[in-house]
Amino acid sequence: MIVADRKPVPEILEMVSNDQNILLLGCKGCVTVCNTGGLKEVQVLASTLKIARKKEGNPLKIKEEVLERQCDPEYIEEIRDSYDNYDAIISMACGVGPQFLSEAYPDQRVLPAVNTTFFGGAVRHGVWEERCAGCGTCGIHHFGGLCPIARCSKSLLHGPCGGSANGSCEIAKDVECIWDMIVRKKMEQGRLDDLQQIRSAKDWLTARDGGPRRSIREELTE
Amino acid sequence: MSTLKSGSRLEKVLISGAFAFTGECGPPKGANVDHLKEKLEHLKGNVDAVNVTDNQTAVVRMSSAAAAAIMVQEGVEPNFQMVCRDRNRLAIMSDILGAYALGVRNMLCLSGDHQRFGNHPESKNVFDIDSMQLIAMVKRMRDEGKFLNEEDIDGPPKMFIGAACNPFADPCEFRPHRLATKIAAGADFIQTQCIYNMEKFRDFMKKAVDMGLTQKCYILAGVTPMKSVGMANYMSKMVPGMDVPASVINRLKGAGKGKVAEEGIKLALEQIEEFKAMEGIAGVHLMAIEWEHRVPEIAERAGVLPRPQA
Amino acid sequence: MADSFDPKIVAFCCKYCAYAAGDLAGSMRLSYPTNIRIIQVPCTGRVDIIHLLRAIEDGADGVYVAGCLEGECHFLTGNLKTKKKVTFVRQTLEEIGIEPERVQMFNLSSAMGPRFAEIATEMTAKISKLGPNVVEARKAA
Repeated sequence: MIVADRKPVPEILEMVSNDQNILLLGCKGCVTVCNTGGLKEVQVLASTLKIARKKEGNPLKIKEEVLERQCDPEYIEEIRDSYDNYDAIISMACGVGPQFLSEAYPDQRVLPAVNTTFFGGAVRHGVWEERCAGCGTCGIHHFGGLCPIARCSKSLLHGPCGGSANGSCEIAKDVECIWDMIVRKKMEQGRLDDLQQIRSAKDWLTARDGGPRRSIREELTE
Repeated sequence: MSTLKSGSRLEKVLISGAFAFTGECGPPKGANVDHLKEKLEHLKGNVDAVNVTDNQTAVVRMSSAAAAAIMVQEGVEPNFQMVCRDRNRLAIMSDILGAYALGVRNMLCLSGDHQRFGNHPESKNVFDIDSMQLIAMVKRMRDEGKFLNEEDIDGPPKMFIGAACNPFADPCEFRPHRLATKIAAGADFIQTQCIYNMEKFRDFMKKAVDMGLTQKCYILAGVTPMKSVGMANYMSKMVPGMDVPASVINRLKGAGKGKVAEEGIKLALEQIEEFKAMEGIAGVHLMAIEWEHRVPEIAERAGVLPRPQA
Repeated sequence: MADSFDPKIVAFCCKYCAYAAGDLAGSMRLSYPTNIRIIQVPCTGRVDIIHLLRAIEDGADGVYVAGCLEGECHFLTGNLKTKKKVTFVRQTLEEIGIEPERVQMFNLSSAMGPRFAEIATEMTAKISKLGPNVVEARKAA
């Protein structure tokens, strides 16, 4: 899923410092799964903002709502009748949500409550790790099912570099060296030869480097 | 390995079978050419080639290509280092052409320390290609006269291609295999990370010899004399991929106050003696960073002077 | 100012230890401040971040959670989970300029009647010193 972290509260307060009445919009998609922007987190943020504003003697009215997703127009439409009742809308969805809202309601101010970070999964409750860089040409099958583009700090295709130590990346002891994992897996499988070949330079056109991307399913379009 | 690939002094020395001796010099943290020239004075004539580091440890310094060109003007042969961290393939090919045009004939292809270690940790990192692909790319530019996209180069750069090797990084068992791949990709010479664990290095070299790697490539053993116990401890704990055995640290401690630097040099000289006789070792790469003024003395005591005429 | 105000303190007490200790304090006729409003929960694990925040939002001067001793939670780890939630709430309060000491977690066993009374007294004294919750103070002003 897409993982995001809530922005620090002072930063969010700054965004709405001149507002009296806002809509706080959560999302039941990815941000619920990573416990950042679902129903519970909407309630907690709303209460926190209210406490802070009461303290200033400048109360903030907050309408709390959660959409099924903020990355499909039909759910964004659900607030068509009420969106302009507010001074601003704060979205707790990943970066896609506030943008879809901005595009649907260009005359309303839409603010992001979270910092969207990576594509990842839960390695244990409360901890999510990056697994995919969205490079557009998946080749994990060449590396024992592990991705060096996303998980090697230098995106090496012929790692590990000379900084790998005890299975850790040179940047921090608690970051795994994915190349150490790939090499050990290949050694265990007796397939170290797979790593001897010299791979051609990666085609980054399919990654964000090639420009903003689009994906079309012709068979579904009208 | 009979016809010259680049015609560099380093290449000629290695082909002749003489024991090569290279040094290293970090460019200044600015455009202060005098500072660079000062350091070069100590190295001139005492080494076959001088490595020029490329924003080492991600700290911004004068570009290695420019510093290398200045060295050429000063009559010192550079070995210009290039990391994959800061440039994409376009800039890399472009810089190689520029460096070659300015008289640079040796280059070392490296991945590069992550920019988080440096003085601009928030910068974007590039890593468009990795060191393996860089080696292969330079070889193609030199031998086929082609850019990465197969277009012809108007004046191919005939570089003598070097790569780095760290026999002590993990996973240890894989290091000889990775070295083999670098040689297959086109590395003409290798400079290793500085060595302190001689036992481990001997094992590594045995494997390299067994795999036939030393027939295809010149390996230069990295030596860095320890200046102090503090330096030894720092390198042991803080520098990734560094293996400093307790015996080395204890030996330095035992030297007594004021005598540690001399003991460090003695240790380095012992290593150089062993490397001269070690099978598969074609020379030594001396990295006396910020200690360049001791290089003439070390070279003298190591018995590698005068350097052969090339 | 601080002495003349009567703090309102909410105490979430787990049925198996804290509330039982409260009962014991009662049977032992121990005195403790009347400022404490006790809410019984089956386990402190039931208490969520939102409950603590809403208590402050609605004007409580102090909030505490009282549960079993660590390692002796009737539901095994409920009290450990809530310990982390309390830390989160304290950090949040600090972020918005409210004293984190207004929210706290305590651990005791059902046999510790005197400790129950002591906690109530401690908390009341601490909150009295801190002064009224700004939220309430503003409302009154």
